[in-house]
Amino acid sequence: MRLSARRLLAVARKEALQLRRDPRSLALAFLLPIFQLTFFGYAITLDVDDIPLAVLDQDRTAQSRRLIEGLAATGYFHVAETLESYRQVDELLTRGAVTAALSIPPGFAADLAAGRPAAVQLAVDGSDANTATIALGYADAIVARHSTDIVLRGLEVVPPADVEPRVWYNPTLESRNMVVPGLIAVIMSIIAALLTALTIAREWERGTMEQLVSTPVHRLEVVLGKLLPYVVIGVIDVAVILSAGLLIFGVPFRGNVFLLAVLTLLFLVGALGLGIFISATLRSQVLATQAAMIATYLPAVLLSGFLFDLASMPIVIRLVSYVVPARYYITITRGILLKGAGVDVLWAQAVAMAIFAFVGLGLATRNFRKAVA
Amino acid sequence: MRDRIRRIIGLAVKERRQLFRDPRTRPLIFISPIIQLLLFGYAVNTDVNRAATFVVDLDGSAESRQLVEAFTSAGYFEIAGRSDRPADMTTALDRGRAIAGLEIPSGFAEDLSSGRGAVVQFLTDGSNSNTATIVQAYAGQIVRRFARERAVRSTQAGVPAGIELRSRAWFNPDLSSRVYNVPAVIGTLLLLMCLLLTAMAVVREREVGTLEQLLVSPLSPSELMMGKTLPVFGVALFDLALITTVAILWFEVPLRGSLIDLLIAALIFIFAGLALGLLISTISKTQQEAFMSIFLLFFPMLILSGLLLPVQTMPELFQWLTIANPLRHFLDIVRAIFIKGAGLGVLWPSYAALFVLAALILMSAIWRFRRSLA
Repeated sequence: MRLSARRLLAVARKEALQLRRDPRSLALAFLLPIFQLTFFGYAITLDVDDIPLAVLDQDRTAQSRRLIEGLAATGYFHVAETLESYRQVDELLTRGAVTAALSIPPGFAADLAAGRPAAVQLAVDGSDANTATIALGYADAIVARHSTDIVLRGLEVVPPADVEPRVWYNPTLESRNMVVPGLIAVIMSIIAALLTALTIAREWERGTMEQLVSTPVHRLEVVLGKLLPYVVIGVIDVAVILSAGLLIFGVPFRGNVFLLAVLTLLFLVGALGLGIFISATLRSQVLATQAAMIATYLPAVLLSGFLFDLASMPIVIRLVSYVVPARYYITITRGILLKGAGVDVLWAQAVAMAIFAFVGLGLATRNFRKAVA
Repeated sequence: MRDRIRRIIGLAVKERRQLFRDPRTRPLIFISPIIQLLLFGYAVNTDVNRAATFVVDLDGSAESRQLVEAFTSAGYFEIAGRSDRPADMTTALDRGRAIAGLEIPSGFAEDLSSGRGAVVQFLTDGSNSNTATIVQAYAGQIVRRFARERAVRSTQAGVPAGIELRSRAWFNPDLSSRVYNVPAVIGTLLLLMCLLLTAMAVVREREVGTLEQLLVSPLSPSELMMGKTLPVFGVALFDLALITTVAILWFEVPLRGSLIDLLIAALIFIFAGLALGLLISTISKTQQEAFMSIFLLFFPMLILSGLLLPVQTMPELFQWLTIANPLRHFLDIVRAIFIKGAGLGVLWPSYAALFVLAALILMSAIWRFRRSLA
C-alpha cells in the first residue's frame, strides 16, 4: 500500500479537532511553557549573593571592623546578626536564619600588627552544598584580597601576578542566556512526551485505536498523522519561547535560524515518536505519564547540562548522558544562539538529531504494528 | 460506626485490588522512586571539577609552567589541549571541547620578577553561566595564591603573615550535594504518587460510569473518600520507607533528626497530597483531564519548592508564592531533619505552615467532593 497524503492529513485533522476540544491539553501545551519561561527567565540565578551573615567580633578594633566592612561592601554578604557569644552560631545555623557566621577572635589586630598569622573563622551552613561552596569561595577571595592588601602595603610592592578574566558568548554571565536555550529543550521534552502519552494512551485505553487501525490507514500514516498536530504545537512553543527570549530577556541570536529550525524539527519528531512508543507499549495513561516523566523530562533537566555540569558527574552518569537526546539538542540551541555556531561545528549534534528522529519514528511505527497484531 | 469502618475497608480492599491488578503498577511504585533517587543522588551536583581547560602558554618559562601546574593540581581544571596559537583556543571553545582557556603572554616570567606585575588571561565559556562563575572564582583564587606565594618568597624575612581564613562547613563538611538532594526526593515522589493515584482512582470510575453504582450503595461521600485514599496512603507510606532506607543505606545520607518528626511531617504532607488529588478529581471528567491538571499544578509546585534552586535566590514575588506551596515547607522540614538534626522545636513554623495548608486543601476537597457527587 502506498502512503497517501490524504489519509495522513485526515488522521491529523481528527487529532487536531480532538485537541481543540480539549482545553486542558492546550493549556498544558501553551501555559506550561510560558510559566516555565517566566520562572526560569526571572528566577534562575544560580548566582548567590546577599548571603545572610552573622558576625561575632571579639576583637572590636578598627582592623576587625574593616574586615567585616570588606565582606559586606562586595554585596555578596550582608550582616544579618551581630552576635555576643559563639554559642548563638549553632542555633542560628540550625534555624537557617543565617547561612554563614564569621568570628574574629580577640587579638586579631594585635596579631596582624605583629606580623603573626591572624586567623578568623567562618562557619557555613553546608546543607546546600552549592550555596555553601559559593559562599566559601567569596569569603576566601575577599579575605585573601584584604589580606594581600595589608601584607603588600607593609612591603610596598605591587601584586606580582593578576588574572584578567574574560567571558565569551555571555560576557555579563547572565543566567538567562544560559537558561533560555536550555529551556527550549526541556519544554519540548515535556510537551512531546506528556501530550502524546496522554492523548495516545487514552485511545488505546478506550479501544478507539483498534478502530482506527481497522480502517484502511497505513500504520506510518497513523503515526505521522498523529504526530503532525503536536509538531505544530511544538513549533509554536519554540517560536513563543524564542521570541520571548529574544525580545523580553534580550538573549542574543547569533547563528542561523534555518539550521535551528531543521534541527528542532528533528528533535521534536524524535521526542514525539518516543512518546507514542511509550504510550503504545504501556497503553495506560497513568503508566505512560510516569514513564514519560522518567524517560524524557528528568533526563532533559538533569542529564543534559541544562543546569548541572556534566563533566563533574560520576562516570556512569556521564555515560548515560550520552544517550540523552536533549544533551545534544541543548548544545545545538546554545551553540546557535550564543556562539553563532554553524554546521561545521555542530555536525555531530546534527547527526545525533537525525538518528534520534529516525529511531523515535521507527520505534513508534514498529510498536504500533506489534500492538495491533 | 462498625458498619462505617467495614464499608470503608471493603472499598479500600477493592481499590487495592484494582490498583495492583495491572502487573505493571508494581514496578511503577517500586522503580520510579529508585530511578529518581539515582538521578538526584548522582546527577544533581552543582560542584564543578575537571573543567576542560585549553592552555596557551606563550611564555614557555619555568614560571608559566608552575602556574599551569597550580591550575591542574587542585583538581578543578583538566587540560583539554595545549597550543601556542591563541586561535586554537578559540576553536576549542567554539566547539565546546574546552569550557575555559588560560593564556599566558610572552614576557610573563620577566614581568613577574621585575615587579611590573604580570597579567594572565582567563577565558570562560559563559553559555553555562553557573559553571562559568564557579570556574572563574577558582581561577582567581589559584592565581592570587600563586601571586601571594611569590610575593612572600621574593621578599626576605620579617614578612607579615596576613589574615588566614579558617572555614568550616557545618552539617555537611564534605559539601556533598547528595545530602541535600536525596532527602528531597521524598517530597516530590510522595506528591506525584498521591496526586496521580488518588485522582485516577476517582476519575476512572467516573469515566467508566461505575461511580454512580458506588453512590447508590450505602457508602457515604466521606466513606467513599476514605476508602479511595486508603490504598494510596499505603503506597505513599511504602515509598516513604523505601526512599528513606535507600537514602540512608545506599547514599549514606545521615538522618540526624528523629524519625518521629519526619513521620509527622510526612503524614501531614501525604494528607495534603491526597486532598489535592481529590480536589483535582472533582474538576475532571476524564483521566486525561485529571492528568493534565496534575501536571499544570505539579510543575509549578516543583519549581517553586526550592528543589533545584534555593528559595532565597528567587525574586521576591516568587518567594512569596512559595509560601502557599506545601512542598516547599515539606522540603524545608525534611532537609533540616536529615542534615541538621533539627526537630519540631526549631522547625515549628514550617510544620505550622504545612499543617494550615493541608487543612485548607482538605476542607476544600471535602466541600468540592460532596458537591461533585450531589
